[in-house]
Amino acid sequence: MRIAIVDESASRAAVIREGLVAIEGCEIFVVNERRGLVARIGEIEPDIVLMDLGNPSRDVLEEYFTVSRALAKPIAMFVDESDEESIAASVEAGVSAYVVDGLAPGRIRPLLDLAVRRFNAFARLQADLNEARGKLADRETIDRAKRILMDTRGISEPDAYSELRSTAMNQGRRIVDIAEAVVTAQKLMGGKP
Amino acid sequence: MSAELTIGFLPLVDACLPILAREHGFAEEEGLSLRLVKDMSWATVLDRLLYGHSDAAHLLAPLAIAATLGRGRPAQPLSVPMVLGLNGNAITLHPDIADRIAPKGALADPAEAGAALAIVAKQRKDAGQPLRFGVVHRYSSHNYMLRYWLAACSIRPDRDVEIEIVPPPFCADALEAGEVDGICVGEPWNSVAVERGAGRIVLVTAQIWRRGVEKVLALREPTLDARRSEVEALVRALVRTAAHFVDPENWEANAAILARPEYLDGDAVLIRRAISDHPLLARGEPPFHVPDFMFQYREAATFPWVSQAEWLYTQMLRWDALPFDPEEARRAAAVFRPDVYRSALTGSGEPLPGASSKVEGSLSGPTSVGTQQGEITLESNRFFDGKMFDPTHLDRYLASLP
Repeated sequence: MRIAIVDESASRAAVIREGLVAIEGCEIFVVNERRGLVARIGEIEPDIVLMDLGNPSRDVLEEYFTVSRALAKPIAMFVDESDEESIAASVEAGVSAYVVDGLAPGRIRPLLDLAVRRFNAFARLQADLNEARGKLADRETIDRAKRILMDTRGISEPDAYSELRSTAMNQGRRIVDIAEAVVTAQKLMGGKP
Repeated sequence: MSAELTIGFLPLVDACLPILAREHGFAEEEGLSLRLVKDMSWATVLDRLLYGHSDAAHLLAPLAIAATLGRGRPAQPLSVPMVLGLNGNAITLHPDIADRIAPKGALADPAEAGAALAIVAKQRKDAGQPLRFGVVHRYSSHNYMLRYWLAACSIRPDRDVEIEIVPPPFCADALEAGEVDGICVGEPWNSVAVERGAGRIVLVTAQIWRRGVEKVLALREPTLDARRSEVEALVRALVRTAAHFVDPENWEANAAILARPEYLDGDAVLIRRAISDHPLLARGEPPFHVPDFMFQYREAATFPWVSQAEWLYTQMLRWDALPFDPEEARRAAAVFRPDVYRSALTGSGEPLPGASSKVEGSLSGPTSVGTQQGEITLESNRFFDGKMFDPTHLDRYLASLP
């Protein structure tokens, strides 16, 4: 079976690909370029195309499958029309499947499930990364606030931190919010951030 | 507590009503909190609607009918309680071709330009490089307007020229890169092409059909049934927004809102040109006044005339080469819901036409028609070739088309 993964994000396509290579008898093609997409799909002649729900080329591809001259009896469709839950799950995961006519639904289903799982894994990875980045930014703000307190009040680093923490606790706010307030106040007073 | 409605849209000037209803608080005044979801392709906007990611969508009118009839995917009935606007699209050609078929500094005459284009199309076809046009979707009014014009000028779409699908945000790129020779798209994408010198606007779709239905507000039929009062509140909010949108006092501010990154992510100057009916036809020229270029409010512009849905259905059959089917025609017509529009606006002072269907293309000048509260004046709604569309004889109309 020939599978085309169409995704402008090369890293996401790689994750999906990785999830599919284990399937026996599969040839996988990754297309990252929007330009020339239809011609490329024509060359690949895939049995199934996996692409993100939000991919801007979807209309182009849908049209291609509707009027395609390259494939003998092609149609574009979403998995199995009787199985709404699986469609909804795919859509939720951001995966749309364009399946060429004649492919048994029994073979599509596990394939899609896998693709959806890989997609979700990627989404989680992305979320973790964003969270880690956020934490790093928080760390920097707190360090900056500590430095300001140490400089202006002549106190030690542990004291500066405990000042921030106790203020946060008293006000029922997060330490980083108090730290941000300190940094902002310092800026307003004309000091260096 | 206000009810929340999620509305999908594509970054186009004619997504103005839902966006501005939210921004100016017209929705909030009707007890609605609108959440807007932007996408880049119509397939995605439709998917989100069908699978419940969104409650309503800014959608191509023919696509709402195609989804209901199950073209290319399982059928799911959609309902259109209001039209979001008429007209608003243009045909922009590569400057070399524009120079051969259209005068400079003005819009072309559709029949004259079509005759000239037929000669160019033949030369290009004979040379083995047929003219290629980009339209935004198979089931779009852009596709139907372009094909209507070409066919009436004896250019056979699909045989004499090629017509491809290019998503709106990529139309200017495709023209600039030479992937297509012309585009039929909504604003601001014609203006973007003009601004880059990649094309010249030769016609606007209002010249092909003076009152052509464009985007609609579409919902799944079960959603409309279940949330009828909220949908009616939304219709009221959007119609009030339409009145605000067409007031010149508000053009500047509205253009600035639409240009924001979360909406069109575009140039406020270009957007203002579109909403004030003054686009640039070619780079370096002064703005050109195009009467009724965009049409959001006057003459009950947002009323979902059943005859408009029926006209779109005839074009769908025409270009998909499918036979007329009375039962299917009935389902296509039922997508447009003037009953919902009426019950939403009863008592509001907005004109509610006495009839729900009309002979399209029959008015060549201002004509008074009855409404539930009195009369309104409708202006010309002609097709450029003078043909009339009588919705009581769809099959006869189809047979009369070239």
